[in-house]
Amino acid sequence: MRVYSTARTAFRALRRNPMRAMLTTLGIVIGVGAVIAMMEIGAGSSTALKKTIASMGANVLVIRPGTASSGGVSFGAGSTTTLTPEDSQAILRECPAISNATPMVRARVQVVYGNRNWVPNAIYGTTPAYLDVQDWSILAEGEPFSDRDVLNGNRVCILGKTLVRELFDGTSPVGKEIRIKNIAFRVIGVLTPKGANMMGFDQDDVILAPWTTIKYRVTGASLSTSNQSTAAASDSVNTLSNLYPATQGDLYPKRSSVQEANNPMPVRFANIDQIMAAAASSAEIPLAIEQVGAVLRERHRLRAGEPDDFNIRDMAELTKTLSTTTTLMTNLLLAVAMISLVVGGVGIMNIMLVSVTERTREIGLRMAVGARGKDILRQFLVEAVVLCLTGGAMGIVLGHGGSLLVKLLLKWPVETSPAAIAAAVLVSAGVGIIFGFYPAWKASRLDPIEALRYE
Amino acid sequence: MELITLRSIEKTYQMGDIAVPVLKGISLAIRQGELVALTGSSGSGKSTLMNILGCLDRPTAGEYWLEGQETSTLSTDERALLRNRKLGFVFQSFNLLARTSAIENVAMPLSYGAEDLSEREARERAAEMLGKVGLADRLDHHPSQLSGGQQQRVAIARALINHPPVLFADEPTGNLDSKTSEEVLQMFERLNTEDGITIIMVTHDPKVAGHAKRVIRMEDGVIQNDAPPAESNPETPGGAP
Repeated sequence: MRVYSTARTAFRALRRNPMRAMLTTLGIVIGVGAVIAMMEIGAGSSTALKKTIASMGANVLVIRPGTASSGGVSFGAGSTTTLTPEDSQAILRECPAISNATPMVRARVQVVYGNRNWVPNAIYGTTPAYLDVQDWSILAEGEPFSDRDVLNGNRVCILGKTLVRELFDGTSPVGKEIRIKNIAFRVIGVLTPKGANMMGFDQDDVILAPWTTIKYRVTGASLSTSNQSTAAASDSVNTLSNLYPATQGDLYPKRSSVQEANNPMPVRFANIDQIMAAAASSAEIPLAIEQVGAVLRERHRLRAGEPDDFNIRDMAELTKTLSTTTTLMTNLLLAVAMISLVVGGVGIMNIMLVSVTERTREIGLRMAVGARGKDILRQFLVEAVVLCLTGGAMGIVLGHGGSLLVKLLLKWPVETSPAAIAAAVLVSAGVGIIFGFYPAWKASRLDPIEALRYE
Repeated sequence: MELITLRSIEKTYQMGDIAVPVLKGISLAIRQGELVALTGSSGSGKSTLMNILGCLDRPTAGEYWLEGQETSTLSTDERALLRNRKLGFVFQSFNLLARTSAIENVAMPLSYGAEDLSEREARERAAEMLGKVGLADRLDHHPSQLSGGQQQRVAIARALINHPPVLFADEPTGNLDSKTSEEVLQMFERLNTEDGITIIMVTHDPKVAGHAKRVIRMEDGVIQNDAPPAESNPETPGGAP
């Protein structure tokens, strides 16, 4: 009741001079309006910027198999064969910080169409999730392959722009058949051009196909098994292989064909070249790395103390750029906001001081009929806060309208932020209290006799 | 019963290095239900005495008992509460809040009172008070829409809203013509006789003082004469313009 009646008194006092109240709040209106507009436009640009950087793969984690070594000879990164498509599924299922994950196998073989041929930079066998992880979901033409295609090992593929240029001379390849290592693939889509990545690698020189098709029909092995180490192991060039045979005798008696038919052996072990996983946000990358590590160690049955048989890498450089940009943007907006609000606050203080002088007799009268110093202080403080809050509300409307106008006319990305609105309300109330305090305190210290006599 | 008792009240203003004594030992007793006029030439100290009586100012020395309470030792906030509860003020220039309706002007002191009235109760009480001063049909008029006499009556209603035992009037008719002055003074007399409110008026107008039952004449910081108006009247016509 008391707060309510004080607020009413404040409103009444302000209504007595509406023109001046309006002009006074103009500072706050413009200040808060500018802040809201800046925040909304800034948040929109910031999100757009984040999206752009994220599309470069800032949130992507690359999980590759670790190093295999035999007799002190290291076979290089990615040479163990312990990473499976099931690992990818498990990562997606069990890591909350991972939003998507896809297994990948790579091949680098010749592609033929008609009388043209080309060896693309990379042929990726993957799942449809790859497009999501790489933020590449919008195709230039056609449509992506489906999970069903992956399960069935269908011979379908999506081409990058470079391949369209080299094999099809720029005409539409959708529905045509190309041959990858003499296996016919139907082209069902064309990727949007992405250009070179940060290392100058042409990202459009790529073919995407179901990983099952690439692995079982095209390469017959993952890329890592065809590198020098395993290739050497399988080709019987090693002259010592007779002395030290690589194969062991069977432990169990060989199964008959009937037994084979009755109890098929478990599905064969399909190792893949890498898993690409997208963290839910750039802030969650460290968490995601931790979770993926834990899941893979458990799945690969690694004891404590045993080294990882996989590597997880993130795009640290990109992430750093992202966070720096965002912080810079936020600080810039904050600085602008502060300046405009301080200017508005000084205006409020000025007018409140004038108001106190002008209403000296009223203050004296209120004191004579029993108002204590703190009553007067509260009255003028509430008046300043009401002034600021009214200005703040108008500023929110103005700022929001302004940013909507910018969105409509300039097509800039704009994002409504409830946090900014709440902050604006709090800040304008704060400005009212801070800049309204001195005049209110001055009013509360007046001597009632002098104040009543004041002309 | 003695409502107000002053014992050798002194007030000295410090003007730089010079101490200027304004009240030089005033002792006075006012009983409940009296209608007192405080007169004297300007500079005689009557306004200062009024401020001390109205608990707006503290005496430099002496005791001031109001309803059995020694007030000269009270803190600023305690005196504010005392003014709110026990004292009413009517000023020469009415001192109404501009662009604020009569009823809100009258209800204003209630917002500083100890009792927590709701908005509606406050308005009802203010309306009742305005009815008492004959302005029941002017509740929502702003001061600029009221005549001088009406404004002063609004001020009286405001002074009485907390039912104080004492009403102070500082030159209540100074800004009014003789006809409305008469109305206001008759209202004071009525309040005094019917409601038993003690009224203390500061005035230099002998006609106004003539309405009082007791006239206290101040001169140079001391009480020069304290008597019913019949005795003080013969002296004043000579001094009055």
